[in-house]
Amino acid sequence: MTEMALAGVRVLDLTRGWSGPIGARFMADLGAEVIKVEYLTDRGMASVEAPKDPTDFASVCHAAYPDNDPGKDPYNRYGPFNEYNRNKMSLTLNLTNQRCKEAFLTLVSISDVVIENYSPRVMANFGLDYQSLKLVNPSIIFIAMPGFGMTGPHRHHVSYGTNIEPTAGLSNMIGYPGPTPYKSGEAYPDPNAGLHGVAAVLTALFYRRRTGIGQFIDLSQNEAAVGLIGEALLAFDMNNEEPVRMGNRHPYHAPHNTYRCKGDDRWVTITVTNDQEWQSLSDLMGNPSWAREEKFGDQLSRWQYQDELDEYISQWTSGRDYMELMHTLQAAGVTAAAVYTNRDIVEDPHLKERGYFQEIPHPRTGPTLFSGVPVLLSKTPGTLRIHAPMMGEHNDFLLRDLVGLGEEEVSELKAQKAIVTRPPETYEGPPY
Amino acid sequence: MGDPLGLLSGLKVLDLTHYAAGPYATRMMAAQGAEVTKIERPGAGDPARHIGPFPGDDPDPEQSALFLYLNTSKKSITLNLNTTSGTETLKRLLVSADVLVENFQPGVMASMGLDYPQVESVNPRLVMASITYFGQTGPYKSYKGNSMVGFAVTGQMHMTGDPDKEPLVGAGYQPEYQAGLHAYDAVLAALYWRETSGKGQHIDVSVMEAMAYYHEFAITTWTHVKALSIRAGNNYPVGNHPLTIYLCKDGYISISCVTPRQSESLFLLIERPDLIDDPKLGTGTSRWENRDEFDEIILPWLMERTMDEIVTAAQDLRIPCTYVPTFGQLFQDRQLRARDYWVALEHPLVGRHTYAGAPFKMDQTPMQVTRAPLLGEHNEEVYCGDLGCSKEDLVRLRERNII
Repeated sequence: MTEMALAGVRVLDLTRGWSGPIGARFMADLGAEVIKVEYLTDRGMASVEAPKDPTDFASVCHAAYPDNDPGKDPYNRYGPFNEYNRNKMSLTLNLTNQRCKEAFLTLVSISDVVIENYSPRVMANFGLDYQSLKLVNPSIIFIAMPGFGMTGPHRHHVSYGTNIEPTAGLSNMIGYPGPTPYKSGEAYPDPNAGLHGVAAVLTALFYRRRTGIGQFIDLSQNEAAVGLIGEALLAFDMNNEEPVRMGNRHPYHAPHNTYRCKGDDRWVTITVTNDQEWQSLSDLMGNPSWAREEKFGDQLSRWQYQDELDEYISQWTSGRDYMELMHTLQAAGVTAAAVYTNRDIVEDPHLKERGYFQEIPHPRTGPTLFSGVPVLLSKTPGTLRIHAPMMGEHNDFLLRDLVGLGEEEVSELKAQKAIVTRPPETYEGPPY
Repeated sequence: MGDPLGLLSGLKVLDLTHYAAGPYATRMMAAQGAEVTKIERPGAGDPARHIGPFPGDDPDPEQSALFLYLNTSKKSITLNLNTTSGTETLKRLLVSADVLVENFQPGVMASMGLDYPQVESVNPRLVMASITYFGQTGPYKSYKGNSMVGFAVTGQMHMTGDPDKEPLVGAGYQPEYQAGLHAYDAVLAALYWRETSGKGQHIDVSVMEAMAYYHEFAITTWTHVKALSIRAGNNYPVGNHPLTIYLCKDGYISISCVTPRQSESLFLLIERPDLIDDPKLGTGTSRWENRDEFDEIILPWLMERTMDEIVTAAQDLRIPCTYVPTFGQLFQDRQLRARDYWVALEHPLVGRHTYAGAPFKMDQTPMQVTRAPLLGEHNEEVYCGDLGCSKEDLVRLRERNII
């Protein structure tokens, strides 16, 4: 059997949403034993309406159940949950219940890492902040990842990744020419916080393996995102100039843009950075007379006349297939990319050959395609071993065999609904 | 406090990276106390030195903001890897190194006799990470990349911008930074395993896969429901509204109402409690369908108020609402300042400037940052100190264009 890099590391994952779960999943993929501790959870929507149009992205993606059917147990069928939580076990614990809290602390005493992304007050309210956990396990590594960090005047501000992208300064750099800042159509700072969280935890684990010393990590999702534009912020500090939004254009390369192709909403990006690439592009376009005009003769001049240039290139691309253009242009040494839809990524032959997407069986959704492990380690490759857990799937195993509770105690917790296998009646959707 | 030198102190990293993706990975290692030696081409150095932005838009290879930010806390030596002496010198450095990071095109390291099997034979404990746009294998491995390519081939671009206009690139160098972050995580996992196995290994990271990881919400919508991604302007296309950026009296704010409780609070905030039962605007789904109508109601309220007033009132009601700062405002941000986020660094040519700080705070040993190195600044220290060359050797190496 192949060894796994993080074998023997036990992680208690209290996170919800996307940021925390994807971080804990990265560690699970590389071999850590990750126990998802959940109760009021984020396993889909509270009330599920069938989408009006099952092919309309906006109407289905917030309730992404296979075949648009939530089934009788939507909390076990929700696509994003199942995507973000594979390779993990599930233990439901109501942490306001004293017995559950004790069980949790027993787990802490035999674990290596605790990861949570609540608002700063929540773990303290449970009586489970770092200081409390340290009493039962002095070398525990505890990472808190709230929106704005554990200290400061705005520490209690609530946010999602969709708020962080604008407020960390990224939106100030995105947009068409004009005053409006744009955000991407996704909660990009979420996974960014998760992967920075992994960096912090693995650094702490490496340090602990050498010294035996654990620690507390305070990760502000906002700060983890601000550093992603560090070069632009430094430039502002040097020149005191706000960034100029210029769509997809570049401060000194042209062409550097996105061009409409054949079909509905299909685009290709093309970048030329020197005369040789320009010649290759011209050759592909059949060396039209306009391309030989003097104003397109060098990089600077092409940049000055890029409105006209983009117009000509669009005429060439508009009747052509976006994927074909990417391959033809790249084969000629011109930097180009098709603007992929979500479908294009899943069906991409390159990712297929690298084995990125993998199908694993899931008892409530059947065999399903999941995203793979994005880093390839030659001797300890990450793996997709098992589907995301059913809610509370490992309650009995974990409470009896790991925590050491007796049969009666487990039954009692079940009777009190302190441990469950479906969301409690009062569930109103993800708590934030 | 833990180790005053940093959590990765004692770790030696040879940094063959350039531009943005690799340098972000090694920058993080250096910030945690690893000794990172950046190996640059004699003469030109890292191409990021020539990209800028520059102070006063005046190109100077020692003053590129991209280089200065991504290479803090590192040493710089020059070495010509197109010569046999150069690669032999590198191998001597590899003997005592723990980590090697590179982001050349696939095949370049092999052409210099420095691919993983050869490197492993020099130092079997070495962890080597290779970062490229498309990975070391597969039909696109030789394709050229840049940030726009990274945004395009991973779906993020298709979902950014107005539906009737071209899709937009994201901010700055996100694809490269994310590949660097993934490489950091993978290297640390490999180092953790090395502590017990004693073995190094090779890591293959691609920008495409790192960014695809960040698009999983939309990918899941294809794998589970077969619905094609869309662009919805500044709205998050989840059929829920508002998750958007709005204009207000003195700037822009961002609101994300996801749960029914949050939208009820929003109605109270804008003094329209009647909307709670409104069939057209009462639920997230109905507001998505009638979003123009809802925006007509909320915009006049917002336009009478400042960012600060709105965010304070909204957060009191626990509505996820933040302001959208300009860079000038971001540097003044109360929360970032209260947490000592910014780092001021003095540089002999650029002067004193403020840099973005640590992505997370470790309580044993905080991130430590020193300015980026001048090209070849540490040649004497490394070649004479670590490899035992004499000053005359150094002159000879320089004359033969090896350093």
